[in-house]
Amino acid sequence: MVYLTRRYRFCAGHRLHNDMLSVEENRRVYGKCNNPNGHGHNYLLEVTVGGAIDPATGMVLDLVALDGILAEHVLEKLDHKNLNLDVESFRTRVPTTENLCLEIYNLLRDPLEKAGSGRCVRLERVRLEETSLNSFEWVDEHAGREKGMR
Amino acid sequence: MIYVTRRAEFSASHYYHNPDFSPEENRRVFGKCHNPLGHGHNYTVEATVGGVIDATTGMVLDLKELKTLLEQEVIQLMDHKFLNKEVPAFAHKNPTTENIAVEIWDLLAPKLTHGKLHRIRVYETPDLFVDYYGD
Repeated sequence: MVYLTRRYRFCAGHRLHNDMLSVEENRRVYGKCNNPNGHGHNYLLEVTVGGAIDPATGMVLDLVALDGILAEHVLEKLDHKNLNLDVESFRTRVPTTENLCLEIYNLLRDPLEKAGSGRCVRLERVRLEETSLNSFEWVDEHAGREKGMR
Repeated sequence: MIYVTRRAEFSASHYYHNPDFSPEENRRVFGKCHNPLGHGHNYTVEATVGGVIDATTGMVLDLKELKTLLEQEVIQLMDHKFLNKEVPAFAHKNPTTENIAVEIWDLLAPKLTHGKLHRIRVYETPDLFVDYYGD
C-alpha cells in the first residue's frame, strides 16, 4: 500500500452557534466565533488516498482525476461560501472544523473509491487546517496508515 | 517506540511513459508529464526510523548514520539526475513519486543497523506527497 496526499485550499465564512443553547451559553462556548455577523478562514485541506501502485502507470490514482473529484465534490461546494447558509448539512449542524472535516470525508469517500477504475483505492484521511495553529484530522478507523505513529 | 525523522532534498527530472500504451493512451493517461524531454522537481525525502532509546546514549540511532545513508544511497543516486535515464530502477518503471518512495525504502531498509525503518515520505511539491510503510 502506498499513501498519496494532496493539498488544497479554500476560503469560507462561518459562525459557531447552536440554537439549542441560550445566547449566554453560545457566547461562553464559542467566544468570538459566535459573532452574529460571522467571520472567515483560509482553510488548508489534505486528502490522503491509499492503494496499490498500478503497474501500468506507476500511480495509485491519477492526480487529474483526484483534482477533478475535489473540485466537483468539495471546492465548488465550500469555496467562497457561507458554510452555515450555503451548505445544506450545516443548516442543522455547527460548522466547526471538526464537523467540516467529517463532512469533507463523507463528500469524498464514494466518488474517490469509484475513481480507482476497478482497483481498490481508499480514502484514508482528511486533515483540515483552520489556521496555521489549528488542525483537525479524520482518519478512517479501518485505514492502514499511521501504524502506531499517532 | 520513538520515531526519528531525517529530511534530505534532491532535484531531478523525469517523465512518464508506458511502452505498452499507444501514443494517444500515453498522452491521455500521463498528460503533461508525458513530455519525453522531461521536467523536474525539488524533492524532499523524509526517512522515519522507529526504535527504543538506547539507555547509554539516549538515542534511537546515530543521526549521522541516517544522514550518511540518505546521502550515499539516495542523494548521490538521484540528485541532479534524469531519473528515467540515469537510475537503473526506473529504466523500465515510471519514476512516479509512488515508485520513488518504494525504491528509497528498498535502498535504505536493509542498510539500517539500528532501529527499523518505519516510513518513507517523498514530497514532489509542497502540496503533494507519498507515504510508504514497507507493505
